[in-house]
Amino acid sequence: MRTPSSPPPPGPLLNVVGVSKSLGGKLLLDRVSLSLNRGELKVLIGPSGGGKSTLLQCIHFLLAPDEGDVFLDGVSAREMGKKNIRSFRQEIGMIFQDFNLFDHLSAQNNVAIALRRVKKIPKKEALERARLELRRVGLSGKEELYPAQLSGGQKQRVSIARALAMDPKIMLLDEPTSALDPELIGEVLNVIQDLSEGGMTMLMVTHQVGFASHLTEEILFMENGRITESGPPALLLGEASRSRTYEFCSKFMEISGRDPAAARPSSK
Amino acid sequence: MPMGTFDFYANVLIPALNHGLWISVKIIVPSSLLGIAIGILVGAGRALGNAWLTRVLNAYVALFRGTPLVVQLMMWFYGLPSLSLWLEKNFGPGAAPVADLFRLSPYAASVIAFAMCSGAYQSEYIRGALLSIKRGQFLAALSLGFTKSQAFWSVTLPVALRRALPGCGNEIVYLIKYSSLAMLVTMNELTGETKAIASLYFRHLECYLLTALYYLALVTLATVFLRRLEKALSVPGERID
Amino acid sequence: MESWEIIRSVPYILGGGLYTILLVVGALALGFAIGLPLAALEAYGPRPLAKLLGVYVWFFRGVPILVLLFLVFFGLYSSIESFILSHFGARVSFSPFSASLLALGLASSAYQSQIFRGAILSLPRGQFKAALALGFSRPGAVLYVVLPQALRLSIPGWTNEFSILLKDSAVAYVLGTMEIMARAKILATFTYRHVAYYALAGVLYFALTFLGVRLLRYISRETRIPGLGQEI
Repeated sequence: MRTPSSPPPPGPLLNVVGVSKSLGGKLLLDRVSLSLNRGELKVLIGPSGGGKSTLLQCIHFLLAPDEGDVFLDGVSAREMGKKNIRSFRQEIGMIFQDFNLFDHLSAQNNVAIALRRVKKIPKKEALERARLELRRVGLSGKEELYPAQLSGGQKQRVSIARALAMDPKIMLLDEPTSALDPELIGEVLNVIQDLSEGGMTMLMVTHQVGFASHLTEEILFMENGRITESGPPALLLGEASRSRTYEFCSKFMEISGRDPAAARPSSK
Repeated sequence: MPMGTFDFYANVLIPALNHGLWISVKIIVPSSLLGIAIGILVGAGRALGNAWLTRVLNAYVALFRGTPLVVQLMMWFYGLPSLSLWLEKNFGPGAAPVADLFRLSPYAASVIAFAMCSGAYQSEYIRGALLSIKRGQFLAALSLGFTKSQAFWSVTLPVALRRALPGCGNEIVYLIKYSSLAMLVTMNELTGETKAIASLYFRHLECYLLTALYYLALVTLATVFLRRLEKALSVPGERID
Repeated sequence: MESWEIIRSVPYILGGGLYTILLVVGALALGFAIGLPLAALEAYGPRPLAKLLGVYVWFFRGVPILVLLFLVFFGLYSSIESFILSHFGARVSFSPFSASLLALGLASSAYQSQIFRGAILSLPRGQFKAALALGFSRPGAVLYVVLPQALRLSIPGWTNEFSILLKDSAVAYVLGTMEIMARAKILATFTYRHVAYYALAGVLYFALTFLGVRLLRYISRETRIPGLGQEI
């Protein structure tokens, strides 16, 4: 891959071009394209089963797309081939809905294990780095605890620290707060906000429309395997837009009793 | 003894194995049925009996599960007759009727050994299933006017047996395989027949491979049958795996 | 006088205990070495291979240990020995102990693979995916993420397998492996004191089972991880 000293190439950091994916005879993604510039956060919204999670997994090449390609910093995932796809994956951090922490490892080792086994960083250094990443997500003092001893919000923050430790160029977040109890959502959203303000490039699937609309420049609405609408939140979520996005989000908000564009994450 | 391969299989090996198979079945069927009967009685006793009974039955289970089946088999076949010798020596000819009871035939020794050992294992599954059944069902039966024993036989036990079925079935599959040990007390069952033919004709590899297939067929048939039975007896809402 | 004879024979039978322990530990190790990769391949390997391995497991789970012992010692070993004799002119003979070890180990490998496979499949698949997302290779994810947890979850099943194997090892006397049962049988046959010697053997097996289970329970406690698996 590129050495850090060379100047970044022009153009978007992430470029997804015409990605299609079928599983079991069902078309899950239908020629999806999108791009993210450095430091940008885009939000992916849509009904479940619309292809959002599949899209994230295809970008990561955890699922190889049937057609299309993904470019990170101008490098094609397809051209990496099966052998090198792992180094491609290392540059993309992935956050899962249900955390997927390694249950047999303490918080610190959860963060350190990929540093040690994938990046081959010596143990001491890896553990030190893990400690720093845990501090960054506000989990100092929890290093020795096992996943079963952490709350949902703490687990998700460990998983964010785990992804950050690999120095990813971009983070993909797949409904990072939807498995959390309502009172724990704020602590995770705060971490995400900090990351975004620190310049991390992120693509996030979420139902936290209110939160997202304050951080993002662009919302992508995905349905039936396609991105059907996209635009700035003020436009898409305005009542006058008569957009599918507004219709979907307002249904969503009726349930939680909030106005789509109002809520902000709790301030620290 | 020069003999063509086809002749050997058609006229010697396969008839012998079929004969051995028949004897194996004659060992397996009664000992597995007896084993289940013992398992139900012992399992029920351990789950529902008083402290004294439970202690005795637990000791039986620990003894028969904690020692190798071969050792038990030798006890039944060789150990018991030596007890009868001792009886006759100490109590004179008057003890002969009792002493004779202890001289088991190879067949009787095998069936008793397998049934007693299997029963100990079976009782574990029955006991577990009985303990897993909520007392509420039993109480509901009592409130409908059942007597305690009626409630046990017509409500608790059927449900427990169904729950214990996967474990009990597994145990029967084990019994099928362990029935081969009967040859060690001179039974000419499947494995015994094979050993005789294999050493006589010095064709070990093929003989034992074919016997292995016989056992695989028996075990597979039993497994399929038991799974069918489980399905047939399954109650909606009860999970079996 | 007679009971003195029995007491004098105790060291002889205890000496058989050494062979029993070697046999069981060896077979457990062999079964582990085959069973663990087998389970990993059955759960995370390519489909056709998993099917093929299923046949292996079916065979060694379905064939009685006695038949396996004969198959290895009289079938496999004598075929290999006569092959070497006819092709290389060398007369070799393999020991009954090694045949017993091989037969018990192969049988155990099938059972152990089922124990490990169950444990592997009980783990949430998401952790495997998360490991891939971090850049682990598939074997790396299995090695560093799946197996450590699966092994921990397998300890109860493994304890059970130990006690089954210990009892099965008694059958190895038929090949002339001089373990506990073989020595008890020799003494019983010569002295015609069957009850005493088989009881002595029974007590030894009982004690070995007890000690082994205690040891594994200790290991289970020492390797405890909060929230992962239950105690035995």
